[in-house]
Amino acid sequence: MSLAVDVQRLRYRYGRGPWVLDIPELTLERGTRAFLFGPSGSGKTTLLGVLAGVLKPEEGEVKVLGRDLATLSGAQRDAFRAEHIGYVFQMFNLIPYLSVLDNITLPARMNAARRARLDGVGVKEAAALLADHLHIGDLLKKPVTELSVGQQQRVAACRALIGAPELIVADEPTSSLDFDRREAFLELLFQECERAGATLVFVSHDRTLEGMFSRRISLPDINRGAL
Amino acid sequence: MLVLDLALKSLRNRAFSTSLTVGSIALSVALLVGVENVRVGMRESFSNTISQTDLIVGTKGGTIQLLLYSVFGMGSPTNNLSWDTYREWAEHPAVDWTIPYGLGDSHMGYRVIGTSEDFYRHYRYRGGQEITLAEGRAGSEVFDVTLGADVAAELGYGLGDEVAVTHGIGEVGFLNHDRMPFTVVGILDKTFTPVDRAVYVTLEGIEAIHIGWEDGAPPMPGEEHAREDVLAMEEIEITQVTSFFVGTANRRDVLRLQREINDYEGEPMMAVIPGLALNEMWQGIGYAETGLRLVTIFVVLVGLLGMLVSLYTSLNERRREMAILRAVGAGPGSIVTLLVLEAVCLAAAGALAGLGLVYALLSVGQPIVEAQVGLFIPIRPPGSVEWLFLGAVVTAGFLIGFVPALKAYRTALHDGLAVRV
Repeated sequence: MSLAVDVQRLRYRYGRGPWVLDIPELTLERGTRAFLFGPSGSGKTTLLGVLAGVLKPEEGEVKVLGRDLATLSGAQRDAFRAEHIGYVFQMFNLIPYLSVLDNITLPARMNAARRARLDGVGVKEAAALLADHLHIGDLLKKPVTELSVGQQQRVAACRALIGAPELIVADEPTSSLDFDRREAFLELLFQECERAGATLVFVSHDRTLEGMFSRRISLPDINRGAL
Repeated sequence: MLVLDLALKSLRNRAFSTSLTVGSIALSVALLVGVENVRVGMRESFSNTISQTDLIVGTKGGTIQLLLYSVFGMGSPTNNLSWDTYREWAEHPAVDWTIPYGLGDSHMGYRVIGTSEDFYRHYRYRGGQEITLAEGRAGSEVFDVTLGADVAAELGYGLGDEVAVTHGIGEVGFLNHDRMPFTVVGILDKTFTPVDRAVYVTLEGIEAIHIGWEDGAPPMPGEEHAREDVLAMEEIEITQVTSFFVGTANRRDVLRLQREINDYEGEPMMAVIPGLALNEMWQGIGYAETGLRLVTIFVVLVGLLGMLVSLYTSLNERRREMAILRAVGAGPGSIVTLLVLEAVCLAAAGALAGLGLVYALLSVGQPIVEAQVGLFIPIRPPGSVEWLFLGAVVTAGFLIGFVPALKAYRTALHDGLAVRV
């Protein structure tokens, strides 16, 4: 049971189209910091959608934290994602009509298991603590529209991390940052994943960052399908 | 409650389009509730055209016809009652007072009503208001005439003017009683009832101008009487009345008295209870009401469709938001709930604002409307009809909310977490 991700013979396609994903095997140990790279159109975002349980694989097994998402219903996958997965987008991560604090606390308010893992502190305190760790503690009351891109990505990271989900999925979260900020952002993200014991799946087409990860996976190498 | 919180914050974030939508729903709801209020006011004002009269008695015929010619000055009476019969009933022990009406003549299209001083003493309208004189005195002599407020105002008559009466009730009669003009002695205050559009003379006056007309045709040339001849007469015998109004001493006697009158064998006659007859008549003209209500319901639907358009067009720019909500674990069902809740909030806010608008307008406009058109619109706390309307508006908002919600549902399923903006 030490595998965070165990994908076997996964096949996925949109509608009746060609196979976008055709992955014989992909396994990640718990606690891995995985760097998943490949050119645009190699199926990176689609794979993350499958791992997060938003997209249902047509064939194969997708075991995340021991649960096979392919056998779960849509509602079960939504609940699973709410409880176990934190997700960071490339950009525009935040809901514009919520404050920074409300954006961060959203998963904890949505899911009781995430609330239960806050180590006894309140939702707001937990959010403030995370925000401090990511150096955005002074932004909590601000409307998200006033934040810089780098600040927005840190807020998104806080939201993914709150309530200590076991799997953090990040879809090119640094591509809109300049290089120095990328490294700083990654350091903070690693630090928090480690603190929470979370597995990180980090997708990028920018290989300059790969040295910082414990495992590097080239998607074109493992995926026989492609657009 | 998280979804409700999100819905409210999302609406607040789009404050401009939200307030436009709420405003348009509020206006349409205000129209719906306002029309309902005006309708109730009209209905009450209609059934209060005459009040405190227990029975209206006339020759046998249609209930509504009797009401029309006696109260509203419309249509023509078919027959008269004899004076003796009238007196017999007027002295009935159950009867407290009567007002006799002699009808059938007109002046410039306005009905001439022959009556007695009892009219000024007993006639009541709109919750018991009395007939009062703006100037002059109530007519009591043979050739006295008292004018309703509208008649005096529209024809420009003042005290002392002479008024010729036309035989029959057309606008342009060719048989004039112009050899016996009447003199204006009084002008009534405005009542906002058909009283304003009538001309009041005495029953003796009606008899006088018809001397020589006993067979229903004008007297032969050379046999006409003039005013002086009549004034020289010692007494004018009243022979008939068209209808009369009855007030009972004890209202418990009304039904029994009505039955007695209807069964009277001396001559064919009938008595109607004005309240019931007015209601029956209102039912008859209720089609207009239904039509009006239908129009306002469509206006509300248009307001709600505005909401639909506003929510629907906002969906495209909200696809990111939906993807984020999906990413943090919201199921497509939560997305549907979010959008339906937004629609319900908009409809409910619009409905309440509309209701508030009606009360605001009423509190300002009520005295003005009453003074200008004589329509009293009562201000009451919202009743079952209002709540029913509001409930219907919110329910309609709820149902309409499913249109954008299902669209968002499909988009959310299709987009997943993909960044498609």
